[in-house]
Amino acid sequence: MLAYLLKRLGGTIPVLVAVSIFVFGFVHALPGDPARLEAGPEATPADIEAIRVDMGLDGPIWSQYTRWLGHTLQGELGRSTKTRQPVARVIGERFMPTLWLTVISMIWATIAGIAIGVLSGIKRGKWQDKAGMVIAISGVSFPSFWLGLLLIDLFSVRLGWLPTGGYEGWQSFVMPAFTLGIGVAAVMARFTRSAFVEVAQADFVRTARMKGLSDGVVAWKHTLRNAMIPVITLTGLQFGFLLGGAIVVETVFSWPGLGRLLVDSVSFRDYPVIQAEIMLFSIEFVLINLAVDLLYALANPEIRLQ
Amino acid sequence: MSGSTIRTPTAEFMRRFMRQRVALVALAVIMLIVLAALFAPLVAPFEPAAPDYDSILEGPSAVHWLGTDAYGRDVLSRIIWGGRVSLTVGFLSVALGAVFGVMIGLVSGFFGGWLDALLMRLMDVLLAFPGIILAIGVVALLGPGIDNVIYAIAVFSVPVFARLVRGSTLELKQTLYLQAARSIGVKAPMLMFRHILPGAMPGVIVYASLRLGTSILTAASLSFIGLGARPPSAEWGAMLADGRSYLGVADHLTLFPGLAIFALVLAFNLLGDGLRDALDQKLR
Repeated sequence: MLAYLLKRLGGTIPVLVAVSIFVFGFVHALPGDPARLEAGPEATPADIEAIRVDMGLDGPIWSQYTRWLGHTLQGELGRSTKTRQPVARVIGERFMPTLWLTVISMIWATIAGIAIGVLSGIKRGKWQDKAGMVIAISGVSFPSFWLGLLLIDLFSVRLGWLPTGGYEGWQSFVMPAFTLGIGVAAVMARFTRSAFVEVAQADFVRTARMKGLSDGVVAWKHTLRNAMIPVITLTGLQFGFLLGGAIVVETVFSWPGLGRLLVDSVSFRDYPVIQAEIMLFSIEFVLINLAVDLLYALANPEIRLQ
Repeated sequence: MSGSTIRTPTAEFMRRFMRQRVALVALAVIMLIVLAALFAPLVAPFEPAAPDYDSILEGPSAVHWLGTDAYGRDVLSRIIWGGRVSLTVGFLSVALGAVFGVMIGLVSGFFGGWLDALLMRLMDVLLAFPGIILAIGVVALLGPGIDNVIYAIAVFSVPVFARLVRGSTLELKQTLYLQAARSIGVKAPMLMFRHILPGAMPGVIVYASLRLGTSILTAASLSFIGLGARPPSAEWGAMLADGRSYLGVADHLTLFPGLAIFALVLAFNLLGDGLRDALDQKLR
């Protein structure tokens, strides 16, 4: 397991380096002169030149990259061009709301998705299966922002039960977490069902049935356990999807998180914030994938030994 | 293959596909929306951008079937015209992504070695960005607007097609007919395009249908958050962003454009599922 862990960690580093080059290239390709921007409107050409040297912008591109990477690794992400606050602080304030929202959405969506998938798998071809799969394919196709608006219309505007947005108390979590999770629940349900059906046809399941074990024991102990292995992988991939989905859902519900921050930063062309956010989202995504691979190796010894 | 009749693969596919009732309905819905969008000037009852200040925020009626918006514009006409935007973005971005992805996948799988390793790592990096974040990055770089949305969405379709086609290429490379073609001296480009590509196409078509749904949804999301088509445009996501201000006052502004997106995306997803079942491919 340790050897696998080291190998997998080693494999992550080139991806992270490539991501950092991509983000650096992104910033480099932007129109405008960062030194002029930093100097402010009243700077003389000499001032700008001094700042250019000070920022290391006069050096060759690779030295600019290593310099930028060094700063980034130390958490020096520059200042927001909009508010002049340090980017690290701006992002720090928005981090927890998004983390809570995605984690809560992930938990309910995973439980509901697996439950629907297993039910559909057990009752294959019966009405429960058909109903489950109709819910699943609709959930994948539902525009989350539309669902969010319809929920606000019903539960906030008409019934007045829940707040239309914001980040206060558990009530404010209900609609955003439901909206964000529904797509994931749908994908999980479809995937769990197909994994379950596939395992249910395996020889060892037939053997278990022939030994006279009850349907419940066969379903839970033999089928579900083995069907869960591919589902673990999917869970990780879905987390990345949730991070993306949070951008839209946070906009609908005025959620003070990273997603809405990104949208606002793009509108204001606040490049230091955009850059830091894209970097952060990508790193999170890479780390989640790493965690999933490790979990997968824990669940399936074959992978470790390869 | 049932009975003693021998069918060509295409005929067999058609026979299986015609039995997929849900997929056929989905195809009909798509055709309907495509035709309405194509013939929008003839079909739409009103000018999509013409304001009418005598009928502002009216609910559905005999004159305005789906009501009017805050400028008195006919919602049905705007949805019909908006279909052009969504379909164009969907088709162009998926086509662009598929062309690049297929090329990369073919080259990667066919030549293997360091080229394969390099291209696939590159695809891994692209996949390391959740789609919409990549799209927002591209829009941030190129500026908002519907053209840039097409590029942005195409970019994250590329790795999906590249991986799929690479897999099929590796498989088809081992087949007897390919080895036969190679042994009589057929050149690499010919092998790739004449002998491997047709075998990889069924998978590409299934993925294209599923990607169309995803792409249209992403484009609408980008417009909704203000990074795609701008509000005066009759794009469906932008219409929803408009309707948001009138929740509880004029719900039809939220209901109908959303329903249009949902119907079209659902139709593409169901069609993709049906195609996959008809081709009997183990694709996920």
